[in-house]
Amino acid sequence: MSTQIPETESESEELAQSSKPEHQQRRMAEKRERRVEREAEAEADAAAFDETIHLKVFRYDPEVEGKKEPRFDDFHVPFKQGMTVLDALMQARDIFDSSLTFRHSCRQAICGSDAMFVNGKQRLCCKTQISDLSEPVRVEPLPHQEVVKDLVVDMEHFYDQMESVEPYFQTNDLPAGEEQRQTRENREKVKMSTRCIWCGACMSSCNIAAGDNEYLGPAALNKAYRFAMDEREGEDMKQHRLQIIEEEHGVWRCQTQFSCTNVCPKDIPLTEHIQELKREAVKNNLKFW
Amino acid sequence: MHEHDVIVVGAGGAGLRAAVAAHEEGADVAMVTKLHPVRSHTGAAEGGINAALREGDSWESHAYDTMKGSDFLGDAPAIETLCQTSPDEVIQLEHWGMPFSREEDGRVSQRPFGGLSFPRTTYAGAETGHHLLHTMYEQVVKRGITVYDEWYVSRLAVTDHDDPEDRTCHGVVAIDIQTGRVEGFKANKGVIIATGGPGQAFDHTTNAVSCTGDGPAMAYRAGVPLEDMEFIQFHPTTLPSTGVLISEGVRGEGGILYNANGERLMFEYGYANNDGELASRDVVARAELTEVNEGRGIEDEYVHLDMRHLGDERIIDRLENILHLAADFEGVDGLERPMPVKPGQHYAMGGIETDENGETCIAGLYAAGECACVSVHGANRLGGNALPELIVYGARAGRHAAGTDLGEAQIQTGRSAKSEEGNIDSPVPLGAVDATDEDVAADGAAVDVETVISKAVEAENARIERLMTKDEGLQHAEIRHKLQKAMTANVNVFRTEDGLKQALRDIREAREAYEDVYVADPSRTFNTDLIHTIETQNLIDIAETITAGALARTEFRGAHWRAEHQERKDEEWIKHTLMAWNDGSPELYYKPVILEGEEKTYEPKVRSY
Ligand SMILES: Cc1cc2nc3c(=O)[nH]c(=O)nc-3n(C[C@H](O)[C@H](O)[C@H](O)COP(=O)(O)OP(=O)(O)OC[C@H]3O[C@@H](n4cnc5c(N)ncnc54)[C@H](O)[C@@H]3O)c2cc1C
Ligand code: SF4
Ligand code: FES
Repeated sequence: MSTQIPETESESEELAQSSKPEHQQRRMAEKRERRVEREAEAEADAAAFDETIHLKVFRYDPEVEGKKEPRFDDFHVPFKQGMTVLDALMQARDIFDSSLTFRHSCRQAICGSDAMFVNGKQRLCCKTQISDLSEPVRVEPLPHQEVVKDLVVDMEHFYDQMESVEPYFQTNDLPAGEEQRQTRENREKVKMSTRCIWCGACMSSCNIAAGDNEYLGPAALNKAYRFAMDEREGEDMKQHRLQIIEEEHGVWRCQTQFSCTNVCPKDIPLTEHIQELKREAVKNNLKFW
Repeated sequence: MHEHDVIVVGAGGAGLRAAVAAHEEGADVAMVTKLHPVRSHTGAAEGGINAALREGDSWESHAYDTMKGSDFLGDAPAIETLCQTSPDEVIQLEHWGMPFSREEDGRVSQRPFGGLSFPRTTYAGAETGHHLLHTMYEQVVKRGITVYDEWYVSRLAVTDHDDPEDRTCHGVVAIDIQTGRVEGFKANKGVIIATGGPGQAFDHTTNAVSCTGDGPAMAYRAGVPLEDMEFIQFHPTTLPSTGVLISEGVRGEGGILYNANGERLMFEYGYANNDGELASRDVVARAELTEVNEGRGIEDEYVHLDMRHLGDERIIDRLENILHLAADFEGVDGLERPMPVKPGQHYAMGGIETDENGETCIAGLYAAGECACVSVHGANRLGGNALPELIVYGARAGRHAAGTDLGEAQIQTGRSAKSEEGNIDSPVPLGAVDATDEDVAADGAAVDVETVISKAVEAENARIERLMTKDEGLQHAEIRHKLQKAMTANVNVFRTEDGLKQALRDIREAREAYEDVYVADPSRTFNTDLIHTIETQNLIDIAETITAGALARTEFRGAHWRAEHQERKDEEWIKHTLMAWNDGSPELYYKPVILEGEEKTYEPKVRSY
């Protein structure tokens, strides 16, 4: 994880010096004061609303005094019908504390960047209605992932696992000037597997992945399934793919606990896909015996 | 300093396609993107990609539909190239494994879309953009192309010759979001901007929070004109609380729009007696807002889109996705209750002026995708025409930047003998409050490339230092919210002279407020406060070009409606608006639209709804 500023190159030396601790501490103290004032004002505004929602949000910043020790901050934001956890976090940030840090972008469950641990479950914040949750709403970073700051976790390991299964189409005989054919049945078969948005919720919910850092994990195995089951790639490639998922930290580690399937915001039947890969692998091995 | 042949800024559909194309031409390519590539907004596209693939269809027919859809403000060379090339590009996507929907015979499916004379929209369920984005990213992984993800590009490294056309872009400056480090990136062959749309200039948009117009704003301040910025597409059915898009498919299946009195507004108030709910996007958007403005809106804000009469079975069969969207993002069960909808900003037709090779008037600087304006959409984009633009023009920009000769461009960029000066009747001064803070690096040709880049890095460090050390002032969120509100109030579907002038005053106020902006978060680690503060400045510049362009264009064309000018004025207005930032103050000029195609000239026809 890269929370430490690496060695400076010449052009950024200035920058490194200017963020001297004392200087920063003083500014921090002043800012905290002003924030308290602003918060009081905002609280008063919020009180004018009929309802507010109580958020308990995990905070951590390796650089900043007072945030180095992880803690929870309370926010009371005005509630509106239709409000999602993401809306509430954005309000908390924009009204109360602009240093509150989390990833988000699309607000529509497609970019996969705001998976968090909300009231004890991995969820996409943008897809979770506040009205479906009990208060206070506890928002934490995805478990089993290193925290960079506040609700932001390091996704490198997840990306590495995804990329280790050769996640790209591979075939050599392509019809010139026209598309390959694919049956509707085959498209239906792979359809759910192609919906993954790389949010990492499944990986974070998996006990096996938590204990075995090399385990490919549900998302990467699902990615392998997406290609192995696509008839356009052909038999040889399928065997190659089965070899990858059969490796020591591959499919056989899965103990069918269904936690990944339970949290996937795209309803991908992950456990089933992994089971099917196991069956395919067995069939494939039998061929060679 | 990092060094590559080609640097692609942004990793949505356009950026990824550009990177693959440049890599195939043998260039060493790097992508620098503020989000991980699979998080880009291209993933949100639903409908599909247009391509004339089948017998009975032709690129000529696609080109004609596109020109007509553009309300005769598209450039023929760009439109023809788009339509000639998109079939090959779509086949290419299929060869890369994109999971398109299929016909019985296993070929790629196509469906009808608004404004198309043939069902030529290829698609992958209702998630075409998601599949396109992931398929393209897979190709980038396969090729081992370097990706700097979560790096925010904040400045271009451009020489400072007096005339923008003499300038050269040598690279970019970017902030590593994880650590806060500012670094220079040198591009030996070219920089391609592919940063997507500017929807966040409005407070109600289908665009992602990351769509802040960074690319166009940086290019503009470096001297590249922005083209046709006044043309913004508003989609009539978006959810009020988030702007999430409810697809046209609901109205296609028979969904009905009601006002607060329970009246079927499209018919009962006579907005489109023949087509009703299925009239074109701009017509429906205007109808809805008229209802709200005249007091027949629900909660003074929206209208209802009802699909309950279709029956649970049919809804679940054909519109399941919509049920999820309404429930997840609005808390409404579409089987039990009508869905609230209102118009929302959706797409920017204008952007960085480029030629058909993707190049701008600054040597070595390219642009592609929604941030660019090669001028295929003119005054109005047809549904399904943005995605082919990403892949066709992304690929061309990539190839040309890598050094491939694509032939001479027919579309001219920058000022030329054909340019005609314009005038903005603004009630307030436009442009920089303090013109000394320039984006361009110092000393022009007199210094070597490395110096141009390190000066740009220095300037960026100084700006960040200023923002971070200031102890007091305003926060970006406050300025941004006000700006967004001002745009939605007065630069929306309906535009009046007074309203546009008021918007320019509000934008000026935002600019002045921005002089006081400061970053409250003192940390260098993942400082989104800092990033959003920089983005807010970009939004201010972009909002101004949209509004000034809208004020200057005194006619009604495509998506641009003006209260005082209710007709299309072909004699005067078949020309592109260009806005150039010279010494910190924007200048307006025009260039003619190219209606002559390869074999024929497109004759403007009345667009009846
Ligand atoms: C809801 C919705 C539905 C749509 N449906 C369709 C459809 O059916 N058919 C169709 O043809 N079109 C559709 N469109 C339009 C089309 O999807 C977009 O125009 C297109 O995807 C934009 O792609 P892009 O590559 O230009 O930008 P994006 O996909 O937005 O990518 C921008 C990239 O730039 C990066 N970036 C931005 N700023 C910076 C910076 N400062 N530094 C570094 N990186 C930066 C981002 O990280 C991102 O990677 C739809 C649009 C929306 C919003
Ligand atoms: S499989 Fe589901 S939970 Fe896992 S990363 Fe993909 S979308 Fe997220
Ligand atoms: S913000 Fe994109 S998935 Fe939630």
